[in-house]
Amino acid sequence: MAKMNLLQAINSALDIAMAKSEKVYSFGEDTGSFGGVFRATSGLTEKYGRHRNFNTPLVEQGILGFANGLASQGSYAIAEIQFGDYIFPAFDQIVNESAKFRYRSGNEFNVGGLTIRTPYGGGIAGGHYHSQSPEAYFAHTPGLKIVMPRNPYMAKGLLLSAIFDPNPVLFMEPKRLYRASTGEVPEEEYTLELGKADVVREGKDLTIVAWGAQVEMAEKAADKAAEDGIDCEIIDLVSLLPWDAETVAKSVMKTGRLVVTQEAPLTSGFASEVAATIQDKCFLYLESPIARVCGLDTPYPLCHEKEYFVDHLKVYEAIKASMTY
Amino acid sequence: MAKDKQHQLEIVTEPKFIDGSALKIPMLQILKEDGTLHKGAEAPKLDKELALKMFDTMQFIRILDERMIAAQRQGRISFYLSSLGEEAASIGSAAALDDGDMIMGQYREQGALAYRGFTVEQFMDQLFSNERDLGKGRQMPVHYGSAALNFMTIASPLATQIPQATGYAFGQKMDKTGNCTICYFGEGAASEGDFHAALNMAAVYKVPAIFFCRNNGYAISTPSQGEQYAGDGIAPRGVAYGMKTIRVDGNDILAVYQATQLARKLAVEEDEPVLIEGMSYRMAGHSTSDDPTGYRTREEEEEWRAKDPLARFQTYLIKKKWLTEKDAEEIFAEKKAAVLAALKKAEKVPAPHIDELINDVYDTPPKQLKEQLEQLKAHIRKYPEAYPKTASRIDGGEK
Repeated sequence: MAKMNLLQAINSALDIAMAKSEKVYSFGEDTGSFGGVFRATSGLTEKYGRHRNFNTPLVEQGILGFANGLASQGSYAIAEIQFGDYIFPAFDQIVNESAKFRYRSGNEFNVGGLTIRTPYGGGIAGGHYHSQSPEAYFAHTPGLKIVMPRNPYMAKGLLLSAIFDPNPVLFMEPKRLYRASTGEVPEEEYTLELGKADVVREGKDLTIVAWGAQVEMAEKAADKAAEDGIDCEIIDLVSLLPWDAETVAKSVMKTGRLVVTQEAPLTSGFASEVAATIQDKCFLYLESPIARVCGLDTPYPLCHEKEYFVDHLKVYEAIKASMTY
Repeated sequence: MAKDKQHQLEIVTEPKFIDGSALKIPMLQILKEDGTLHKGAEAPKLDKELALKMFDTMQFIRILDERMIAAQRQGRISFYLSSLGEEAASIGSAAALDDGDMIMGQYREQGALAYRGFTVEQFMDQLFSNERDLGKGRQMPVHYGSAALNFMTIASPLATQIPQATGYAFGQKMDKTGNCTICYFGEGAASEGDFHAALNMAAVYKVPAIFFCRNNGYAISTPSQGEQYAGDGIAPRGVAYGMKTIRVDGNDILAVYQATQLARKLAVEEDEPVLIEGMSYRMAGHSTSDDPTGYRTREEEEEWRAKDPLARFQTYLIKKKWLTEKDAEEIFAEKKAAVLAALKKAEKVPAPHIDELINDVYDTPPKQLKEQLEQLKAHIRKYPEAYPKTASRIDGGEK
């Protein structure tokens, strides 16, 4: 075990994957010897050469098109998109190509070796274009897997699973926690199951569902609620596609109350999907309406970031409202 | 010679590949690095008043950039993007335009905006995201915009403005405005699909647009030659799309001015879109978020420091007796004082009111958004200490 931050854990996973197979390639804007704008790919060029970890020209649609082609040829392509906010020129390659490659060819071809890494989320004074959480756009796309880790241990094990998973995976990294989140991480290879939610904390009164960086807000809110004698269960969804409705349903059948929180705007966010599914599975168990604690339906603002941000106080208020419904 | 009728092509009978390096585009340079004119080169017609306005703006942008990098390091602003070393490219080109021409920038064209008349107070209000910022504090520093000055608001995603410039120029042509659109971008952004779409459409529709590529050698850490592109830079792409194209020394303000002046004539009088590639060097990091020592050498930076566009133009103006060393020092001191005063003032101006959060998502806020705002305000009233920037003024009270 070693103490790592989230970036170091990601770097360690990439290092292990590249050592494991010569067919693993890592690339993106500035990801070569510079190591990427967040340094997630530091040292990989020195270790594996410029043909394995390299800079691309500045073209996201090209990066994903190239990655799809490389993966269809049988390689493991790990494409970094510098910020989740810049993934949209590649939307066509991801939604129409990566996600449908296997299905449209009757499994003659696939891009299972593809992993897309991209930092997402706010809290870094990034304004409109360095703060968004665009997971819901992709969660509407059958054929993709979507993974969002909350801490270094999860990030490393999940990324190693994502790279070698036989399906294209969108791996969204909470950039606010890149250096802020640290923890003990095994130095060797290990994997964590994709599509499986993680019960972070057990409790009997109310269930909070979150993913990625928002799990931290759920934990802080639960701590505050505990002072009022409210015992919250916290579930990290971990994977959005496919997602583990059973684990959430089991918890809600126990607690009877659910608060779902996401950084992204409220309308058509993934929290809505969780709410709809759980009311379907747990209708007769619910003691109060399922609450969604989300961003406002506006672009992500700079000067009002603190007000816009879905902090622990907003989650805490939702917990109290649910308990006193 | 035989011709293919449908495509109007000459027919050859020997297989011959055209080499990727067959087209080498030269670079227009009027002022040498030492600030003297090339032998036989004719300086563009430029009266003293205009020349001094260009110089004045260069001085202002130089001190603004230097001071705001320092302000970011002191934690007074969150972020900054400087145009150090590239002042001639944006100011020389803006000076050749009409005030009615639209400017669509990337994010390193503060020089063009200053030339248009954006005041030092307006720069500071945007940089400090205060309530006087025209963009209402919503975007990161340096994302300026002004409808009054025909300067389209900057967006962070790269190259998105290039096809928009084609569309804007198409509208100008249809309305017979007699104006054109200039669109700035870097050589890195020219790798984006949007660049290719923009140039092709501009050439097909023959719109009055000037595409100005600032080739500054780096896209964050990625060097242009060999990693961004393998060919002769950006200029040959204009030729390939059937567009008038010129390459200039981006650090020679006279060359930039002359090329843009001629390009504007082609655009406005003949509906010919033009591509200009200005060769320059980004003297600072990409932004305050990166350290260039990690990806390039001091020697390379020193080599380019010797080509400084500001010093070069200053030498020219002094030789022409339009300026003295003392004048230059005085202008610099005056600009510096103005920047410092505006900075101190802007950081004391409060943030926009929380009600601004939901404005401009649409022309008027929908009901659902108004409800969301009311919920948020109720929450802030409950926890005022957690939201100090807006809590004290939430109900219209004083800060």
